[in-house]
Amino acid sequence: MSVYINKDTKVIVQGITGGTARFHTKQMLEYGTKIVGGVTPKKAGTEVEGVPVFNTVDDAVKATGATASVIYVPAPFAADAIIEATDAGLDLVICITEHIPVMDMVKVKRYMEGKKTRLVGPNCPGVITADETKIGIMPGYIHKKGHIGVVSRSGTLTYEAVHQLTQAGYGQTTAVGIGGDPVNGTNFIDVLDEFNRDPETEAVIMIGEIGGTAEEEAAEWVKANMKKPVVGFIGGVTAPPGKRMGHAGAIISGGKGTADEKIRIMESCGIKVADTPAVMGETMIQALKENGLEEKCKTH
Amino acid sequence: MNIHEYQGKQVLREFGVKVPNGHVAYTVDEAVEAAEKLGSSVTVVKAQIHAGGRGKAGGVKVAKSLEEVRTYADEILGKTLVTHQNGPDGTVVKRLLIEEGCDIQKEYYVGVVLDRATSRVVMMASEEGGTEIEEVAEATPEKIFKEVIDPVVGLAPYQARRLAFNINIPDELIGKAVKFMTALYEAFVSKDCSIAEINPLVTTGDNEVLALDAKLNFDDNALYRHPDIAELRDLGEEDEKEIQASKYDLSYVSLDGNIGCMVNGAGLAMSTMDIIKHYGGDPANFLDVGGGATAEKVTEAFKIILSDKNVKGIFVNIFGGIMKCDVIAEGVVEATKQMGLTIPLVVRLEGTNVDRGKEILDESGLNITSASSMADGAEKIVAAVK
Repeated sequence: MSVYINKDTKVIVQGITGGTARFHTKQMLEYGTKIVGGVTPKKAGTEVEGVPVFNTVDDAVKATGATASVIYVPAPFAADAIIEATDAGLDLVICITEHIPVMDMVKVKRYMEGKKTRLVGPNCPGVITADETKIGIMPGYIHKKGHIGVVSRSGTLTYEAVHQLTQAGYGQTTAVGIGGDPVNGTNFIDVLDEFNRDPETEAVIMIGEIGGTAEEEAAEWVKANMKKPVVGFIGGVTAPPGKRMGHAGAIISGGKGTADEKIRIMESCGIKVADTPAVMGETMIQALKENGLEEKCKTH
Repeated sequence: MNIHEYQGKQVLREFGVKVPNGHVAYTVDEAVEAAEKLGSSVTVVKAQIHAGGRGKAGGVKVAKSLEEVRTYADEILGKTLVTHQNGPDGTVVKRLLIEEGCDIQKEYYVGVVLDRATSRVVMMASEEGGTEIEEVAEATPEKIFKEVIDPVVGLAPYQARRLAFNINIPDELIGKAVKFMTALYEAFVSKDCSIAEINPLVTTGDNEVLALDAKLNFDDNALYRHPDIAELRDLGEEDEKEIQASKYDLSYVSLDGNIGCMVNGAGLAMSTMDIIKHYGGDPANFLDVGGGATAEKVTEAFKIILSDKNVKGIFVNIFGGIMKCDVIAEGVVEATKQMGLTIPLVVRLEGTNVDRGKEILDESGLNITSASSMADGAEKIVAAVK
């Protein structure tokens, strides 16, 4: 089992004829992802990496039976791409694009209310179910099938955590990058809830960063609902207030969103928080030992 | 992006938000001329810098004659204002806003921000105007009222009315307050603001509702559709190295320490600062080279780090996913050749094409210390600059 996606998930690529999308389409196909179609207006009838291209998401879905899409279109057109995918009735839309204006995302979220489509991202590395399928831009080879769920606001920190786990011999179920923007489709709680119900996932690592209060809310949810051990990490302990640290969402403003406050609340909710990003893996292994899950989760 | 108060007021004026009459002045003579043009009995001389807290730092003066305008303008222009927001070095005042004074009856607060929890825009208002809203939120949270705005409907008249009543705007001015708030929301969404803060909003003796101050910040990601706003950028208010970095699409923030950092990915870049601090060092900057960096971009990033005189050592921490380690290595080698590196350099490479990357560094013959992990690298660079 896994969350959101597995080896059978049929995926279309929106903006498939762009340079980045072409590169990642190839990478995803090599990983084993079922890329069944692509969308670029006025490019219907052509192919990218042997994948047929359609003019609209609707056409692509009707022709291929895809249930998921991944978006690489440039920021000014990304909101429209998400809405188009939602309108076509897809189950899952993963938006990789960064630098989408916040007001566009406010409208997108309003549009998606009450619809069945789940949005992951934007500004995220995507979702990968180890050794089955990857939808996004993450390096596939660092992941290994196992029992740890990963959810993160940061792409490279996800790689760091996954790498540490794999090196230590602990594989993963699914790794979900929820993205570094202030308005996103899927939050920590959504993913934690999925991992909580996934029989294969035995423990979860959640990686947050400064800005907003999503980590605090997730910690409270964990305390009330989570049946599996959760460990965490928060980036930006030393970040100065008022400065945007790369991600649009990573900013301490009005005294809110500091790393210290997040860590304090996470620990008070029973989440072990790694002191440094170098010990995210170790912290997880420690938690597995304490919960008698070490043997079960060791994959090699 | 931040803009000055006088620019913010001009933007608001275009949307029908009431603001006092005023003009910008770059010299003392321009200041006096502006005051003459206004012809008001009382004139306010306001320092224009991006940081808040100008009043307390002596950057806002009330003049009762043209002579006083001249005196105050002369005093404030060129002065270094140190406020609680701009750090110990302060900011030199290069522009003034010369504004007509008004007969203030009462000060309020109105702000528009994005609420991340609801993914909606929220308008906040309080009767406690003139003070920092964070302080009000801390001490008397019940005095802050909020309306969550549906992007399809916009700020509904009843919501603006409710806010106005809640903060005890006098009955006869409710209509004007509603008009003010509606226009403010329009400005916020039309110009893709990230913050629109009016502190204070005032009611006056001649029954007006006015924005006495205006702080507008804009969403950098939306500037492409607002060339008029992008033009208002004042490079004089920004860090030289940050301006340079933005030219090359590098995400860079200047800090006080002595260890330069070059990292890919915002989360990893932040965490690299954290781990340096953890081992007793001090980062000189945040720098995310991004996922698609070329060797040239890496070279530029290096130059920016080295242009910081405080930097005594550099830590390169790369987890190549899409970013290939050999590209990073090439950029590092090229930069060190060009710049004649004399300070310690620690490089940690992991991920895509890592072996090729390490080979390039080894073959270069340069004095580069390689690190096996993030922690190892942080320890080594901290030891090297001690």
